[in-house]
Amino acid sequence: MSKQFADTVKFAFKTSIPVLCGYIFLGIAFGIMLQNAGFSVLWAFIISIVVYAGSMQFVLVNLLSANAPLYTVAVMTLMINSRHLFYGLSFIERFKAMGKRKPYLIFALTDETYSLLSAVTFPEKVNAKTAAFLISLFNQCYWITGSVIGAAAGELIPFDMTGIDFSMTALFTVILIEQIKAAKHKLPVLIGLCSAVLCLLVFGADQFILPSLILTVTVLLLCKPYLLTKTAAKHNAKEGDSNG
Amino acid sequence: MADWMHPALIVAVTAACTIFTRFFPFLLFGGKRKMPRFVQYLGGVLPAAIIATLVVYCLKDLNFSLYPFGLPQLIAVAVVVALHLWKTNTLISIFGGTAVYMALIHLF
Repeated sequence: MSKQFADTVKFAFKTSIPVLCGYIFLGIAFGIMLQNAGFSVLWAFIISIVVYAGSMQFVLVNLLSANAPLYTVAVMTLMINSRHLFYGLSFIERFKAMGKRKPYLIFALTDETYSLLSAVTFPEKVNAKTAAFLISLFNQCYWITGSVIGAAAGELIPFDMTGIDFSMTALFTVILIEQIKAAKHKLPVLIGLCSAVLCLLVFGADQFILPSLILTVTVLLLCKPYLLTKTAAKHNAKEGDSNG
Repeated sequence: MADWMHPALIVAVTAACTIFTRFFPFLLFGGKRKMPRFVQYLGGVLPAAIIATLVVYCLKDLNFSLYPFGLPQLIAVAVVVALHLWKTNTLISIFGGTAVYMALIHLF
């Protein structure tokens, strides 16, 4: 194993530790739910490999126990995961150079992986492309491990884990702070925040995410002439040291 | 039809639709042709806005009119912000905030 590869693995693991904690425990919660609905460990394992979408998998448990019709399943999945349509937009350029790793990186772009990849800066000693791939892969491994543990032995866990899922909120909060610090222009954060709160009030907790993202994109596009002049200088300056 | 068939189809449809939502933008704009300027622009400004949306998403179920008024979450988020501005260490911020949250929901 080359020194660079070892450094890359180490860096990817270190970067993914916050998600490790969150995913293991959220995965366990999912596994327990699935097992209570009458599905075995094998189901948990397969679902976490092929579906791999946090909040959608919790909804999936309800769909499975209700034996829901397939068109309901399709509509629900498209609605709940519609936010992913917007995640891809931020990575089209960056993933172009990823070669064989690209399909998996797209497949594994969950909320948490999206946040890590959009915030991470790769040190020079690591291979940036491999590191991005490994971060995505490690995250899914944590999720699979958690859901298998939950389905196999969830009831046996001796301590009260209620509240551990807050680590995901904490992760997003930390990344938001980093984004605010790094951004020359704070307006995109403000637009995202305001439209989320506004849509939450108007559409309610279960419906707000899609209208909020549409509103965010619309306002961002309207602000384009203004924001572009401000960010252009920064992007040009960054061009020189970007490697992936 | 075997009794595992329908559940298996439910899982397959969920997987297919999830994969579709993740690949769609790449199929639409990721080809060889040059990306439209507005997509390029969104790639730069969208992440910060989406992360802000995700923070709100995590806090969406808070109920301010009912005890404990979302206080455990709000205090814990404040702890995360304070720790992060102070130490700038992601793990300390996340573990600290989560520990405070887990303690608070037992207290309230």
